[in-house]
Parts: sequence; structure tokens; C-alpha cells
Amino acid sequence: MKEKLVVIGNGMAGMRTVEELLKINPELYDITVFGDEPYGNYNRILLSPVLAGEKTIDDIMLNTMDWYEENNIKLHAGKRVSEINRIARTVTASDGLVEEYDRLLIATGSKPFMIPIPGHDKEGVIAFRDIKDVDIMLEATRNYKHATIIGGGLLGLEAANGMMQHGMKVTVVHLSDTLMERQMDSVSGKMLRNSLEEKGMDFRMEAQTAEITGNGRVTGINFADGTSLETDLVVMAVGIRPNIELAQQAGLHCERGIVVNDTLQTYDPKIYSVGECVQHRGDTYGLVAPLFEMAKVCANHLAQMGIGLYQGSVTSTKLKVTGIDLFSAGDFTGDDTTEELVIQDAGSGLYKKLVIKNNCLIGAVLYGDTKEGAWYFQLMRSAQDISDIRDKLLFGESHLGDSGHGGDHIADMSDETEVCGCNGVCKGDIVKAITTEGLFSLDEVRAHTKASASCGSCTGLVEQILESTLGSDYETPESKPLCLCTDHPHEEVREAIRKQKLTSIKAVRRALNWKTEDGCPACRMSLNYYVQSAWHNEAQDDPQSRFINERAHANIQKDGKYSVIPRMWGGMTTPDELRAIADAAEKYEIRDVHLTGGQRIGLYGVEKAVLPKIWKDLNDAGMVSGHAYGKAMRTVKTCVGKQWCRFGTQNSTELGIKLEELTWASWMPHKFKLAVSGCPRNCAEATIKDFGVVCVDSGYELHIGGNGGIKVRATDLLCNVTTEEEVMEYCAAFIQFYREDAHYLERTAPWVERIGLSRIEDVVVKDEAKRSHYAKRFHEAQKISQIDPWKERSTNGVAAHEFTSIKVINA
Amino acid sequence: MSNWIEVGQLEEIPQQGSRVVKTKGFDIAIFRTINDEVFAIKDACPHKQGQLSQGIVHGKKVTCPLHNWTISLESGEALGHDEGCTNVFTARVEKGLISIDLG
Repeated sequence: MKEKLVVIGNGMAGMRTVEELLKINPELYDITVFGDEPYGNYNRILLSPVLAGEKTIDDIMLNTMDWYEENNIKLHAGKRVSEINRIARTVTASDGLVEEYDRLLIATGSKPFMIPIPGHDKEGVIAFRDIKDVDIMLEATRNYKHATIIGGGLLGLEAANGMMQHGMKVTVVHLSDTLMERQMDSVSGKMLRNSLEEKGMDFRMEAQTAEITGNGRVTGINFADGTSLETDLVVMAVGIRPNIELAQQAGLHCERGIVVNDTLQTYDPKIYSVGECVQHRGDTYGLVAPLFEMAKVCANHLAQMGIGLYQGSVTSTKLKVTGIDLFSAGDFTGDDTTEELVIQDAGSGLYKKLVIKNNCLIGAVLYGDTKEGAWYFQLMRSAQDISDIRDKLLFGESHLGDSGHGGDHIADMSDETEVCGCNGVCKGDIVKAITTEGLFSLDEVRAHTKASASCGSCTGLVEQILESTLGSDYETPESKPLCLCTDHPHEEVREAIRKQKLTSIKAVRRALNWKTEDGCPACRMSLNYYVQSAWHNEAQDDPQSRFINERAHANIQKDGKYSVIPRMWGGMTTPDELRAIADAAEKYEIRDVHLTGGQRIGLYGVEKAVLPKIWKDLNDAGMVSGHAYGKAMRTVKTCVGKQWCRFGTQNSTELGIKLEELTWASWMPHKFKLAVSGCPRNCAEATIKDFGVVCVDSGYELHIGGNGGIKVRATDLLCNVTTEEEVMEYCAAFIQFYREDAHYLERTAPWVERIGLSRIEDVVVKDEAKRSHYAKRFHEAQKISQIDPWKERSTNGVAAHEFTSIKVINA
Repeated sequence: MSNWIEVGQLEEIPQQGSRVVKTKGFDIAIFRTINDEVFAIKDACPHKQGQLSQGIVHGKKVTCPLHNWTISLESGEALGHDEGCTNVFTARVEKGLISIDLG
């Protein structure tokens, strides 16, 4: 018989845990859910837009009644649990209904705090917590004129804004002299207050409420300083308290919240707890992202996977008031050990403050322009060393030297603006999917809309749309797992491969408890690369875990035919080679012959079965595969240099050929291009290559991390060297360090930005022993790798099944 | 009505791989999973007719090489939030010999 899981609380934390559990193991439990409210699970953080009339209740439902039925979940909606009996392992509802449990999940959330002043229980004094409160507030907007919000925090201001949208006169009463003082410093708080006053909101700052007056229904407020205010409705938004009564009655250890360990278990190991009701490592949380992180870990344990620990969250906040851009995260006040970077421009309503400690960003407040919020938040969570980008940090990611999509501003974009150019997805499509489908993460948006699911260059934009649509923090994973088959990020996987000497994909899956039997395309390709990169002598290649282009050694085209691009060393060719290419093109009726960007000749529209034959002809003329299809070294582009050019300073073509002979047939995390220019005029465009050499009179400038593709990025100058031998040594060391450190599918440009130029200088330039170690490893790996894959298949009969059909039926 | 045709030996297809049966009208992709189950579906992704035989096989699914749609080998249907379906043929393996039912 299945074990019984009972969930108390039908809110976002509880249901997210159930959803995560169903994803991992849908058959493990009979699930019963109790919920106070007579609805399915809805997105509580979107109640503010509902109040403001920008969304309806239906828009914000996450799990409809049908969902519970489809997943065989017994839902007791509108029933409150009044008792937990831990001996009998039962829960009892207030109407006497009893359910047994094997495991219990308490997700009772929090309760709004009502200040216990005289008159707090009068009619017309409410909190802002659930659908019922929103109904009362909307009702009030039809019958009354003046609303007062007690509490100038995030929730209070959103409530005030919502009421004002319906034409009410709204006064916000706040105890402190700064609005949202838990998220803002005094400067940004003042700017926020000015903007809201311009919209027509009234404020009573540093005001302590003493009494709520009225005969039955509220009519006014008396303050401690003797002044008073007339009002028809009072909304208390002064904070929340974890809802722990039930757990306390059951004898579970509680302090401010229900105390849980890193696996979200209470002091009774049969009983788990997640969400706003818990206290973890001394902290309680009132935002959604930490709840989701807890849900994931808790579901893992409920599913008996036994992996994953919850180790606390860094949180960020964004105010959901249309027309006001505000972002805050982490420790934004700072102390003696921190430094501050500030831009303040009151005239244009712009304020940015970043707090730095030990070369890491630990806090940020942004007002007026929040488009970099997601990036700062990511920098904080990954604790990245920012010393290399410190001088540009305040200006944002778009000022780091690329000219991609960075300049766009989400709030200014119309719904018709195309965000994802690969899949033709507009901003409006994404916003609609987020709200109607209840999406919280980048992965979910990708699955539903395909936005940023192809080349990924619009990922930042999609993250911004998520953030601006959901307001209060959306789900940014602390460190992104390699794929959905595992919780381990790339670094952990690579470390395990090295430390535990894992030499096959299967061994990695077993050692790291993969969730799927044989992985997905993303992890299969990554792992196949990682095991070979770490253990080039021992690891076997798995062709079935390679993308078709690397299996067929040709690029698949949209009609299922392939392209053939032979190597031309350093961009040089001969009449014999050209004649052989021309002959092949005629013999196999090649429709299109094209000159590629990397100084090669491409033959397009070749049937797969013909590939080995055309390769044979080209092999016979002395040509080999150009690897134009692989995550591999592609080309070395050159100019003619001092052989011919009157400006040339060094022999750039000869050096290009040497570099290509050194690096050809090397697999990489992503494609990799080189160039050598004979003088600083740089005709070979070496400064937008992964590794570029610019010859100068005194020797050679070595440039790294350039990209001429999705996001144009000019290289960073690594160093100057004086001999060709040094160029070769530095090049080998740089490539090998990249191969062993970068994530699969991470090109050198984002890799250099992620780990910082100084780390690469440390390995490749400053430390001779490290440089020599990496160069040596590259040479060793190349000894095994430098075999022409075309000849293997055209002459030596390797992988013959790849190029033939298994059967031809003439019917 | 069934119309069983022998197409070849199980060993001729790599595990987590695929081979193509050519017929007059269209191609059929024969898949072999990691557990040696065999499936046959029309070699055309419902999205833009990409050759599914060239995709990566994982579980009882294949991911199209053109735009990463994932297709169920059992039903021929697009998985996730994509919509579309390609034809499925019944396949069987007897003593290592694969046959498919062209119906």
C-alpha cells in the first residue's frame, strides 16, 4: 500500500513541494491537502495587480480544482486543521474529519500582524493577505472615499497603489521616516516617496497609531501625538508572523517559526515544514523564491532521493507599482568593512547604490532604472570576484564591452517587441505565459514559449521580463544545475569526474545519482565532453551522445542534407586543392559553393550517403576535415603578412599555419576560432576571435575572449611575447585551461567575463609552471585526437552504419 | 490488416541510436533505446520535418536535430509544450530480427 502524505496548507510553498514531488515520483504517496480558503492554489504575490485591476483572480490561479483531480490529490478546500496527533499520526479538521499520515507537511504560511490597539477589531479594519481581503477592499472602493494603509512597506505601498487606481483617496501611515526601510536606504526611500506623492498618495511619516475610532465601523484614526485622520477603511500592512499555532499545539519545537533543519524536517522527522511558517538557521522568509528552493529540497527528501540541502537564501525585492522601478537585494546598508559605489541623479530620478565587501557584491539598491537588477543579483549569489569589472560595475552588464541586447529597457518595450529573434517570441507572449501559466523560472518560460531556448542571447531580457512581471523575486537558481536530470552544477560535475576518476557518462550518472536513466541531450553532450577532457587517455567517446553534426562530421542543413568544408591551413590553398574541390563539386552535382567567414570553401547540399565518397576524393587530393561542424577548433584566419604586404611586421600566414597544425582536431566546450594579423591594421580581425595574434614590430600581441557572433565582444589583451615558440606555448596553455574550466557550450567570451581576466593571467602568463602544465596536457591530448575523421570513415570503414539506410523497400 | 516486413538485425542499430528504412513515399526511422526496446516512426518531425533519425535518443524519446523538439517514440507526439504528432508503426523483435508493420 502507498504511504500517506498529508499537506496542511494549500498555498504556494505547499503546492510547489507537491508539484516537485510529482515530477520526481508521482506514484509514491496518496496525497491529501487541507486548505483554509475555498479555492485551488493561487499566486499570492500577484494579489496586488488584482487589486489594481490589472489582473483577475482567474489570471493568478496556479492549480485549479481540475489539477488536484488529475493528479489524484484529495483536496479539502475551506477546511482548517485544528489538531495534529503525533502518536496516532492523524490530523483532525475543525469539522471533525480525521486523516491519517505517514509523512506530514506543514505549510501553514504566515498571518498578517494586526496591531492590538483599541478599535483594531472594528468593521472596515482588515489585512492584505488573501482573496477575501481583496474582495473587501474592492467593495470599499465602490462605497467609500478614503482608505488608510498602516505600514509603508512593500505590501502596504502595493495596497495603497491598488486602492488609488480605483479612485480612492489614500493615506499611508508609517512609523519610520523612510518608506520600505527594510529594502531601501534613506535616499532611495525619499525618491520613492516623492514619486508616490506625485501620483497623489498622502503620507503620515513617523506617525504612531494610537486608536481606531468609529461606532461599529471605522471612521477615523487617532495618533499618539494627538492628531487624527478621518478614514473609511484601514488596511494593516505592518508585517507578517509565521503561522505556528498548530505546530506549537502538537509540541513541535518553534521559536519565531517552526524550526527546521537543512532537509526541512521539524524536530519530529515524520513532519516536514516549508514556507513562511518555518525558521531555518535563525531566519524566516516572506518572499517566494526561498519557498521554492525549500520546496525542491523537501520534495527530494519526501521522494527518498536523499540529496540536496537547503542552506538559506539571499533575497531580492521589487515593488510592483506600475511606473515605479525599484530593486533591492542583500545587505544594502553596509558597515565599516564594506565599500559603496553610488550614482545619484535626483533630476532624472536615478539612484544606484552597490555595496562591496572583499571584492564581492553583497547588496544593491536601484531606483529609477532596475534593468541591471537581475545581473547584480546573480553576481551576489555566485559571489563572483568583481575586481576586474569594478570600474564598469555601476553602469551595468551592457557596459562590459558587448553590444548585444543590453540597451533595451523592459518597461519601455511594447508587447509587440520581439525578444527572442530565433523563435519569434514577443514580449507580450512571454508576459502572457508567465501570468496565465503561472511560470516562475527561466526554464519554465523556455518550455512554454521557446524564448531564449535556441541561441540564448536573449536570456537576460527574458529574466528581466520575469522579474518585472512577477515583481517580488522570481526564481533565480543559486547555481544553475547542469540540466533537469541533476541538481549538480557544471563545476561539481567536473570536479567529481576528476576526483573520482569517472571515465564514462554512465559512471558519472551513477556516481552523482542522476534522476533519469540515460540522461537528456544537454547532459549527454556535456558529460561526453567532460569525461574526455579530463581523461583523454582513458575515456571512450560515445558517438550517440554527440550532436548529429559531430557524429556525421558534417553540418546538417534544414532539408536534411549536409555541408562539406575541407581544412585550408591558415587560410592558404593551392591550384591542386582548388581543382580537386571543383572536380568534386561537379562530380557530385553540388548546387552551392560558398566562401565561409573563416577563409574556407564550403560545398552545400550533399546527401548523407555521399559524404564518405566526396571525403575520399578530397582526401586523395591531400585535404582533411575542416571541423566546421563541431564544438572544436574551427579555423585560423590570416592576412598575407610581411610575405607580401608592405605594412606586414611578421610572417602571419606561416604562424597561422603553425597554429592550425598545433590545434586542429581539438574538441572544445564550444566552437573556437583563431586569427593572426600581420600588423596592427588587423585585417584578419584577430580581436574578435577566441585567440587572436596581432603581429607588431617587437613581436606578438596575444588577445583572448573575442567574439564576432551573437554578442560582439572585442578581445582582452593577454600579454606580449617575442617569439613564435612562445605564441604556440601560450596558445596551447590558454586553450587547455579553457577546455578544462569552461562550461560545455560556453564560449571564451562569456567564460572570460565569468571567471575574470586576472585568473587567466595567473595561469597562462604569470606562472610558468602552470603554463607548461596546461600546454603539456594539450599536446598529450592532441596526440590522440589528431586523426582525420573523414579518412577514418571514407577509407577505414569507421561507423559505416551512420551513412547507410538499414533497408530499402520498393513498395 | 497487418503487413509485417523484416528490416534487419537489432545489432545493426547502435543503442540510443537509429537507422532509416527507405520506402517509396517516405523514410521510417527505427530506434533502439538503451534497454534494447525498438520503435518505428515516420522520419519527419511534426515541426519542420527534421529527420528524427538524426536526433539524440534518450529514454523512450528522441530530440530533433533541427530545433530541439522532443518526440515520444511510443506515441509519435511532441512532448513538453509543443504540439504535433508524427506517424507511428508497430515494431517487434524476434530472435534479434526487427520487423515493422506497415499496415
